[in-house]
Amino acid sequence: MRLLAAMSGGVDSAVAAALAVDAGHDVTGVHLALSPDRQTLRSGARGCCSVEDAHDARRVADELGIPFYVWDLAERFADDVVDDFVAEYAAGRTPNPCLRCNERIKFSAVLDRAVALGFDAVVTGHHARLADGELRRSVDAAKDQSYVLAVLTAGQLAAAMFPLGSMTKERVRAIAAERGFAVAAKPDSHDICFIPDGDTRGFLARRLGSMPGPVVDATTGATVGEHDGTYGFTVGQRRGLGVAVGDQRPRYVLGIEPVSRTVTIGTADLAGVAEVRTRAATWTGSAPELPFVAEVQLRAHSAPVACEVSAAADGGLCIVLAEEQRGVAPGQSAVLYLPDAERGDRVLGQGTVVPLG
Amino acid sequence: MSNSDPVYLDHAATTPVLPEVLAAMTEQLGRVGNASSLHASGRAARRVAEQSRERLAEALGARPSEVLFTGGGTESDNLAVKGLFWARRDADSRRRRIVVSPAEHHAVLDSVEWLAKHDGADLTWLPVESSGRVLPEAFADALGDGQDVAVASVMWANNEIGTVSDIAALAELAHAVGVPLHTDAVQAVGQVPVDFAASGADALTMTGHKLGGPMGAGALLLRRDAECTPLLHGGGQERDVRSGTLDVTAIVGLAVATVTAVASREERAARLADLRGRLVAGIVDQVPGVQLNGATLDDRIGQGPGRLPGNAHLSFSGAEGDALLMLLDARGIECSTGSACSAGVARPSHVLLAVGADTDRARSSLRFTLGHTSTDADVDALLEVIAPVVERARRAGSGHR
Repeated sequence: MRLLAAMSGGVDSAVAAALAVDAGHDVTGVHLALSPDRQTLRSGARGCCSVEDAHDARRVADELGIPFYVWDLAERFADDVVDDFVAEYAAGRTPNPCLRCNERIKFSAVLDRAVALGFDAVVTGHHARLADGELRRSVDAAKDQSYVLAVLTAGQLAAAMFPLGSMTKERVRAIAAERGFAVAAKPDSHDICFIPDGDTRGFLARRLGSMPGPVVDATTGATVGEHDGTYGFTVGQRRGLGVAVGDQRPRYVLGIEPVSRTVTIGTADLAGVAEVRTRAATWTGSAPELPFVAEVQLRAHSAPVACEVSAAADGGLCIVLAEEQRGVAPGQSAVLYLPDAERGDRVLGQGTVVPLG
Repeated sequence: MSNSDPVYLDHAATTPVLPEVLAAMTEQLGRVGNASSLHASGRAARRVAEQSRERLAEALGARPSEVLFTGGGTESDNLAVKGLFWARRDADSRRRRIVVSPAEHHAVLDSVEWLAKHDGADLTWLPVESSGRVLPEAFADALGDGQDVAVASVMWANNEIGTVSDIAALAELAHAVGVPLHTDAVQAVGQVPVDFAASGADALTMTGHKLGGPMGAGALLLRRDAECTPLLHGGGQERDVRSGTLDVTAIVGLAVATVTAVASREERAARLADLRGRLVAGIVDQVPGVQLNGATLDDRIGQGPGRLPGNAHLSFSGAEGDALLMLLDARGIECSTGSACSAGVARPSHVLLAVGADTDRARSSLRFTLGHTSTDADVDALLEVIAPVVERARRAGSGHR
């Protein structure tokens, strides 16, 4: 097949490209330039598209003897991922930009262009299994990225290839070292690539400015403090609330109301939810018949919980949880899995969490 | 991917080393000797370097003492622009203005912008006509009475669209108001007639690897009466304007390449102009919506061609240059989209923007450049694939909303 390997400059995408070449495919490497003002050198473990990262990706491509190009998607990324991220926070929700990037950039803008240019599929270094059109968790539970891929549709998955899903990160690094890739020991990237200093609240404050509002205690209805912007909060958050309530019991963010800019907090007993509502779901295959029993994962790095999924009146999903969960934040994806210990939990699809009633 | 040798249509990026250059450099590389040493080995090295200087000077209408060997075009441009600016401003603090064309190579553009940012230079951007040429009237206007001008810089031939400016006419105007003129002739030497003395330019940049010589070897031709402050300090080997042990092997290669390319220029230019004409006509015949950038193919300026004979620069409306390049590369055909920044992110060519092209046209362009090894078969190979490649790239869209 003619494959386009998305190469970030990290070890995962390097090994994914190498495995695609080994498998006999005709591979072309592409590095996505996503930032309009790229740093020359990488800073710390964050970020993914400095000039140095592009160089690292090019080095691997040259060693593999494959063509390599840089595609400038900075404008698309700014519109579809960064602006969306800011707008979601401004609306009181908690977005997942990696999921958005997979949905709109890697498996949309890049994939569409690749197909138009004559490629059959896009190869990435994501840790997830994909076989026979079924998307499953990685063998390496700690590195599993199926959550941020759950938004992909059957059509997108049909033109995707994830060669790393059946190996551990340790094995990926060993392969890179065996092949002499300079990136074999490169640190993993963490957090949000377009916020290289890791200060999300500071980034949002620069974009949105000061938007002060009250912090209200759910039990008493009393205003217990002030905040500079609802974007500094996410549902389920406990630390950094900036308020002291007399009884010393820990408080959690229960809700964010963007119009009145009210952040509601409450004690642990109020923070759990037993039911989650979503917008209309997307499915990785044909839409399953509702209702059904599955597991749901409510954040990128949380444990899945058993649930029953049914249709909500508004076209979204109603997900009843087997046990209460804290930190179910509107804007995050509720990703539905069919447990399968042997072949890996299968991703059915996802819906974006909306506030309850 | 193509298994045969690639079809190389990117000679303006670099061109294959000439066999006589390879032979001369191989012979010299085995010899010991620092051209600054006083013993026999040093004298032998110096003799070779100075013979090379004389041969290069003669080929380009310069005096041997006007040839400063450098590490290539970028160094020569930096030395000329900064060195002339500093020397002239130091002699008279009113001279802070640099008159320069916006279609220059980045070695000149980034140098003058650095001077503006860090050293108080005021930049006057010359208007260019739609072919990219700097017209004498506009140049004279920009110079004014010249009192406040430190230096002017206008390239002899543009590296992207191949347009030749009338350097002799510009030099005359500059001298009339006492301003020195630098010209970047990296693309011109060996392609069009270049005579340093006759041109009147005060400083001229040239480099080896565009002529079949080695990379990393170039020269600045600098008039004997031009004051130029050094960039590199040290042994003062080159007229006290440029320091560093002479790379005698590279200098031999540079001189042999220059002499050979200049001697064979007329015959080659005629051959390349014919090939280029066939290339452009063949593309225009097969592909709708193609626009030739730069001067017309038969344009004349002064006594010579108004466009480099091996240059074809075309915009393919609705297709992205990046995609075209990639699709051609996959079919074994090598060309260029014009200027690329160090990170490999394609930006719309500043040259096309300077000649008034819109962003879409600038992004949709490809540069094909022919050179001494180009053949009819190269052009045939391109013409065989260009129509389906453009069609596919157009289907892929511009990629920018």
